[in-house]
Amino acid sequence: MLSWKKSLLLIALLLASGSAWSELVIRVTQGNDKPTIIAVSPIALNGIQIEEDIGRIIEGDLTRSGLFSAMPRRDMLAFPATAIDVYFRDWRILGTEYLVVGSLIAIDDGSYQLDFSLLSVTGQKAVFEHSVRGTKVQMRDLAHLMSDKIYQEITGIRGAFSTRIAYVTANRVKGKFIYRLNVSDTDGAREKLMLESREPIMSPSWSPNGKDLAYVSFETGRPAIFRQNLVTAERQQLTNFSGLNGAPSWSPDGEKLALVLSKDGNPEIYMLDLASNRFTRLTRHFAIDTEPTWMPDGKHLLFTSDRGGSPQIYKLNVVSKKVQRLTFRGNYNARASLAPDGRTLALVHRGTDVFHIASFDLITGRLIELTETRLDESPTVAPNGAMLIYATKQGDRGVLAAVSLDAGVRYVLPARSGDVREPAWSPFLR
Amino acid sequence: MKNSKKFALTAVLLSLLVGCSTAPTDDTTVIEDTTVQTVQADTTIEDAAAAAGSVFYFDFDKAVLKVESRAALLAHSSALMASPRSVRLEGHADERGTREYNMALGERRANAVKEFMVLQGVSSGLIEVISYGEERAASYGSNDSAWEMNRRVELK
Repeated sequence: MLSWKKSLLLIALLLASGSAWSELVIRVTQGNDKPTIIAVSPIALNGIQIEEDIGRIIEGDLTRSGLFSAMPRRDMLAFPATAIDVYFRDWRILGTEYLVVGSLIAIDDGSYQLDFSLLSVTGQKAVFEHSVRGTKVQMRDLAHLMSDKIYQEITGIRGAFSTRIAYVTANRVKGKFIYRLNVSDTDGAREKLMLESREPIMSPSWSPNGKDLAYVSFETGRPAIFRQNLVTAERQQLTNFSGLNGAPSWSPDGEKLALVLSKDGNPEIYMLDLASNRFTRLTRHFAIDTEPTWMPDGKHLLFTSDRGGSPQIYKLNVVSKKVQRLTFRGNYNARASLAPDGRTLALVHRGTDVFHIASFDLITGRLIELTETRLDESPTVAPNGAMLIYATKQGDRGVLAAVSLDAGVRYVLPARSGDVREPAWSPFLR
Repeated sequence: MKNSKKFALTAVLLSLLVGCSTAPTDDTTVIEDTTVQTVQADTTIEDAAAAAGSVFYFDFDKAVLKVESRAALLAHSSALMASPRSVRLEGHADERGTREYNMALGERRANAVKEFMVLQGVSSGLIEVISYGEERAASYGSNDSAWEMNRRVELK
């Protein structure tokens, strides 16, 4: 058994790391059949030196959503920076439907302002004009904010490009694994190391305000649940029971964690009140009860149980403790992740012989397989409900992949080396 | 418990046989031989446990001990009763299905082994159970033969 001190443990100082650090690369494998064609004119920098290419970041965001196709820069006849520089006819001939122009200017207090416009080429007018401000290290934030604004204007859906993902990587070095818990932008950039250990790290869960992560770490030689602040890196061990300490899930009000303990002999769902440190047992069954996730009302949990003979999704009322089985099709339905509509579940579903991610409608009971890969697990839905990220395998390597909830759009995010797994999509962060 | 007696009996019989073959001329010689054989009997139990293998395999999503695991577990149980020491049962699952469910499955498998050993008479206080789920594969492929190797409990 490894002692606290012996286990290699490293909490990263949360310095913004450059994209060169990033372990994830992204390839879009399937887009929308009729994507909206958008041109992002390079942002005029007015002599300001910055590392990032803001226009490219926006193109990447919009393309990754699958709903847009970005016009290559080499096809552009001009690089206008403001609406008055635009000759709409040129862009219409190129088949562009929307055009983004923008300009960065310095403000005296050391921050910068990005003025940008979304133009409708067919309508020959500005759809909106907007400004965002930030310091030099926040250029990626500004780009993602622009993407959010553009995406929302055209699709009517709130953009989630300013959110983040947490995930676990595992690299084998001289026969031994090194596990890392990371947080990055949704495009894989600005990866931050939260925890490094020679023992497994599992099941990251975001607090609803996006400031903390709860997760399982084996660094003490056994599984234990920790919480860690993303800004200060300060961490706290929350559980230390014999047996399983797993599957933490933060309640919508941020005050409680649902989790799994087997201290009473077999895995049961518990609720931990974070202020009082009091545990309440919610399930009472000799079967496996695990993978709790909260419903938006904060009064119900969904969880996986094999009490019916195979793993299926159940709904639990945390007050009455009444349990109701939800899934019946297939002999393996597990690890539910709820979309923000409160009605669509993403889950791991065993089809004939392979494990896919499926969507399950809580009202109609309809189950649709979304993925075509195998060994798929850990679905996590974006806070705007447009996409979900899951873990799968490419050859013998663990990779992350994304699919839209209508299955029309797909992309993969393999790590540069080793395995990547256990994705958790953050809530909206502002 | 029963099993340990069986081992002890075998040892005594062996000692008698050995005793006969050495053709003792008087009582003293026989007593010496028995003493020697008692030591050998202990060694035999531990040898049997050591030779038995300490990894026990399971079917997919199952925690039922296989018939072929029984003999080895009986040997280990006898050895632990003869010379008690703390052991650790590490439960594992293959990579299919979800990680937290597999954590629970690994624990269920390790508990199945523990229950069997406790039924044989091993003190439950000597047995620590931990599950690694699918986090520590024994074989890294994504195929039936690798999965078979990974659905296991290791006695350590």
